[in-house]
Amino acid sequence: MPWIPRGLREGIVTSRYPWRPDDYGPNFRASVTIDNGTATDDELSVAVGACPTRAITVVDTDASLDRGACILCGRCVQMLPQLFQFSSVIETSSNLRARLVVPEPENDGSLAAVRGELANRVKVLRRSVHLRHVDAGSDGSDEWEIAALTNPVYDVQRLGIYFTASPRHADVLLVTGVGSAGMTEPLRRTLEAMPSPKVVIAVGVEAISGGLVGEGYASSGGVGSSIPIDVFIPGSPASPFSLLHGILLAINMLPTNSPRGAHMTDAS
Amino acid sequence: MTTYPTTYTTPVDRFSDEVASHVRSGARFAGLFASAEGADTRLTALLSHSGSLVIQETVVPVGAGEFPALSRQVPAAKWYEREIHDLFGLIPTGSDRVDPLVFPFVTPAIRPRFGSGAVVPEGQLDPTPLTAHVRGEGVFTISYGPVRSGVFESIEYLVETPGEDIPHLRTRVFYKHRGVESRFETLDVADGVLLAERCEGVASVAHAIAYCAALEEMAGVEVSLQAGLVRVLHAELERVANHLDSIVRHSEAAGQAVAYARFSLHKERVQRLRAQLCGSRFGRGVVVPGGVAGPPALSATEVFAAIGTLEKSIDADTRLLMSTPSFLDRLRGTGVLDEDVAHHFGALGPLARGSGFMDDVRVTRAYGAYLHLGQQLLEVRGDGDALARQRVRVQEITGAFALMREVIEELGSRGGPSSTEWRRPIENVSGRAVGWAEAPQGEVLYLVEAREGKLVRVKPRSASFHNMALFPIAFPKDILTDFAFIEASFGLSIAGVSS
Repeated sequence: MPWIPRGLREGIVTSRYPWRPDDYGPNFRASVTIDNGTATDDELSVAVGACPTRAITVVDTDASLDRGACILCGRCVQMLPQLFQFSSVIETSSNLRARLVVPEPENDGSLAAVRGELANRVKVLRRSVHLRHVDAGSDGSDEWEIAALTNPVYDVQRLGIYFTASPRHADVLLVTGVGSAGMTEPLRRTLEAMPSPKVVIAVGVEAISGGLVGEGYASSGGVGSSIPIDVFIPGSPASPFSLLHGILLAINMLPTNSPRGAHMTDAS
Repeated sequence: MTTYPTTYTTPVDRFSDEVASHVRSGARFAGLFASAEGADTRLTALLSHSGSLVIQETVVPVGAGEFPALSRQVPAAKWYEREIHDLFGLIPTGSDRVDPLVFPFVTPAIRPRFGSGAVVPEGQLDPTPLTAHVRGEGVFTISYGPVRSGVFESIEYLVETPGEDIPHLRTRVFYKHRGVESRFETLDVADGVLLAERCEGVASVAHAIAYCAALEEMAGVEVSLQAGLVRVLHAELERVANHLDSIVRHSEAAGQAVAYARFSLHKERVQRLRAQLCGSRFGRGVVVPGGVAGPPALSATEVFAAIGTLEKSIDADTRLLMSTPSFLDRLRGTGVLDEDVAHHFGALGPLARGSGFMDDVRVTRAYGAYLHLGQQLLEVRGDGDALARQRVRVQEITGAFALMREVIEELGSRGGPSSTEWRRPIENVSGRAVGWAEAPQGEVLYLVEAREGKLVRVKPRSASFHNMALFPIAFPKDILTDFAFIEASFGLSIAGVSS
């Protein structure tokens, strides 16, 4: 009995994202962006060498950063603040691996095609989507962020999204981790057990590219080599808001007023 | 004063007896590790005497391929021997069991042999199913995992049961082995801390502190008090977050919907405070070799206020939860770990303290700013059950808030950021050293070897690895529906068990 008033004590704490922007912390580092500042060739090559996951590439004098490999350590931000900056924009996920690079490569129409196919595939799911998570060699923090989606702040159930215990009831598979050798087969079998249509989301840079662990005798450097991926959510680990954005992108539920969905306020 | 290790070296045939004699004289066995040294292999045993750490070493020459098993005299060494067997191919002679543990290679010739710098080809796993141990009418085996029902890390439990009791339980932890130790060998000392943060992601700060402590010892650098205080602030927030996570999982298992919502809200707020302080919800990037990246992003007054609000709301809910009979009934008498087992095994963290075995390296081998902060070992009446472990965590949350307040007062009373040396340079360091920290799960150890600023060998040992071996021992008196409680009360991270 005493728990009932306890649950009501603080009123509504739930975010209204994606319908309304959420003003979650200005100091939260969700991604690194590239500004159009300038740097010398020497400065750029030092920054390229300092990146522990080799996420920065320089062609001619233009630097680009692969968010699918960036672990948000901030080495580049510290060295060349005029070029690299932390940003609290969480809408970083994409349907295409190549689209995780900033500044974004020129649109050649491939994204629209992939998105159209996925939108068609998930049409039947409507407003009831069941998620299944599989850990394929994570560091454990990704699981915390996924579990946070069920806390009262993010509360995915308000969006008709539920976690399910069985792959046989799942529409969407969230995969975390570097793609460890031991999980290759269980992962494949989980995906096989899911009914069609199915959608696969790679969660975090480790699942996308292996992150800092990379490739080795026990890691395949991302889960993409063993199963097809529909949506990539960068982050190390991916924050709950980034997860929400990626999941909504996968099931075509982002509000349509902007191509990447309602942007969070970049509070300053 | 922090006491750094004394090292003894013995021939390989005397090694196990020497280590065992330390344990008989009251030392806690803290781990057995291997490193390739050319073609030979060096074995390092760590022994924790009260207030100091002793290292016992031996070299297994190339061609010998075996060493006298330590686990015959020190059972806690068994998992370490199995790990060494998997990754180095050394056979502990006289051990009754060298089943694969962290990575069962199909090809015995392929071993990573960490420290050799060799590039290991992609390993082929041997996923042979385990055979049943228990015989009897109606006994069957439930293979639970590695893909489990819920958002969990991958691990396989083999539960042999006649239906309700659990006479036998085994674990297989190798599924998510990533080969982190071989990755360390390609990094320099500054980047190594980033990987240390990702060995066991929920204890990033503790792993970073232990890793950096080893480097600082090697370089003879003392971290400034202010930087040490900032480390404590983040480490204690990490402790609160982990203990809240354990309470969330207990509440979920007990079907306490409101408690689940409340405590997951508290945990989210802790994660947000951590992000406000440093930009990362897991405190990543704060701890760097030689100190910290910088001061907290919030002022002392702001942190003080935030912590006060958090503590007040957590405390109110904890009081209610710990007097909710339908919750306590599920924990009382569940997953009992006897004191003598905990003591004999050298159990770590809240698991050990719930069983009355008091060891917390923040006190017994105090490091960094903990040396300057007034604190005591928190005595908890040890029934050794899930409830006792829960009580330990509840007390540690209170203790963590007290420590954080002390830290903020100290930080506020000292000079501003401009007069502070947040980070002292560590470059081109060479040598070997051991570092440690008390993670929320218990003692984390790092053995680090570097040459001119490049890492040669890094061996992290998380408390989760050491404690996981005790997991099956806590089951015989319990039934299947207790499983979730026992697992939550152990509070281990599988990433730390097999990294």
